[in-house]
Amino acid sequence: MISPISCVMSESLAPTASPTAAIEVLSAEKTYPDGTHALQPVDLRIEEGEFVTLLGPSGCGKSTLLKMVAGLLAPSNGQLLLWRKPVSLLEASAQKLAFVFQSPTLMPWASVEANVRLPLDLAGVPRPEAEARVADALKLVGLDGFKASLPHALSGGMQMRVSIARSLVIEPHLLLMDEPFGALDEITRHKLDAELLGLWAAKKLTVVFVTHSIHEAVFLSTRVVMMAARPGRVVEQFEIDEPYPRSAEFMVTPQFSRYAKRLQDSLLRASHVDTDTGTTRA
Amino acid sequence: MSAPILPLIRQPRVQRVLYPALVAVVLLGAWQALVVGMELPPYLVPSPWLMLKTLISDWAVLGSALLVTLEITLLAFVVATVAGVLISFLFVQSKLIETALFPYAVLLQVTPIVAVAPLIIIWVKNPTAAMVICASLVALFPIISNTTLGLRSIDPDLQSYFRMNRATRWQMLVRLRIPSALPYFFGGLRISSGLSLIGAVVAEFVAGTGGTGAGLAYQILQAGFRLNIPRMFAALLLISLTGVALFAAMAWLTRRALGSWHASESSHE
Repeated sequence: MISPISCVMSESLAPTASPTAAIEVLSAEKTYPDGTHALQPVDLRIEEGEFVTLLGPSGCGKSTLLKMVAGLLAPSNGQLLLWRKPVSLLEASAQKLAFVFQSPTLMPWASVEANVRLPLDLAGVPRPEAEARVADALKLVGLDGFKASLPHALSGGMQMRVSIARSLVIEPHLLLMDEPFGALDEITRHKLDAELLGLWAAKKLTVVFVTHSIHEAVFLSTRVVMMAARPGRVVEQFEIDEPYPRSAEFMVTPQFSRYAKRLQDSLLRASHVDTDTGTTRA
Repeated sequence: MSAPILPLIRQPRVQRVLYPALVAVVLLGAWQALVVGMELPPYLVPSPWLMLKTLISDWAVLGSALLVTLEITLLAFVVATVAGVLISFLFVQSKLIETALFPYAVLLQVTPIVAVAPLIIIWVKNPTAAMVICASLVALFPIISNTTLGLRSIDPDLQSYFRMNRATRWQMLVRLRIPSALPYFFGGLRISSGLSLIGAVVAEFVAGTGGTGAGLAYQILQAGFRLNIPRMFAALLLISLTGVALFAAMAWLTRRALGSWHASESSHE
């Protein structure tokens, strides 16, 4: 049932094999000018509608990979395609991807409403239309009563909701999230995880989610991409073949524990490989 | 704990005025008592009461002198602010420009204005203009350094977000750089307002212009020559009060402009 998929498999698929591929990473790697090998060549294909989690310890290159998909970082080698177009060639109008950072990344001087409206303002959307869309997005994240508040008046979880509303307001097809709930307390985190799944299903989003929490990965994903550090690389992939909607009860089922155990073992195996080749620095 | 008696005294706003005022009363009382008790002559140390009387009796001279000094101070402050902001914008256009020019901004700052003022006063015919230039030079640097720092201190993630949304250079400036820089800019304003006054007084001392264009510093010089010490103290008092008023005005302006969003403003109260 749980079958690790070799990541080489996707390499054999031609990039144009399916019209529904949202993201294709073709042997993309990242080496920094100082020689740090942040990411060994990665081949990865993400279909539309998937919820894929990049899981791994610090320094495994998961954020690097996500930022390359977003076009925030250029790969040193290889190529990334979004809807079969190179990332750098995406036009502003066609670019339906939204990025959620680890911190809420809000403008502290602007109201919640102005913060959520920012991408529409930057794109020149007329004010009345923008305001209607902002109101919808705030309703989606349950913050319709906080339009006029300033970010510092909100809790960390609420600020993150504002950040998510700002991503949803552009009606993205692809949502890229870089450890978005990592700084929140456990309870808020579970709550936002559940809400995110609701949005993913309702909006038919494709989500790529970076985390270092095994439990979060199992709870959220249709597929988990396990990564290892030094050098950053993709180790294994796991389908989480469990039905949605997933509730909090899912987290106390035996299946959940089995998935978590598999991921844990995979993570340990990856670390052992490191030790054997002597590349791990404790 | 809002006791019905003395509720006002518990308020931080009232305390902020009341406590310094109490210190002033005690100090002035002690000063008055010492001068009267030790029978110090007014040409050495005038009593606060005499100082106040002189301020009122000499108001015709001192009042117009105050206006002159205020004019130079405010003009210099405006010139320094405008020039400083423009230079900062120039600096953040490219690292190259900043690297090439920043040492000269520092040079301006570290050269004592007293040493440069005579030159400026020789070169510039109009004495008011000359003094404004001197005072602006003193007040310029904090505006440049603070605003440049502010324009550069942008949340890198927020900058990435703008870039990802294809923000133009202009949008980036107006929607991100300028708002981010405002707290730093106002910090610079607060320092520069005081420096403008110092610059104006120094320039007046050096220029030594008398007649109708005489400012407070000139009155201090003249009063010193004539051993009119009470008037000297009165003029000094006016300069200090001007400085305090400028600082208060800047603090008020900062609160008005930044509202409650910035940490430096919200964490105080």
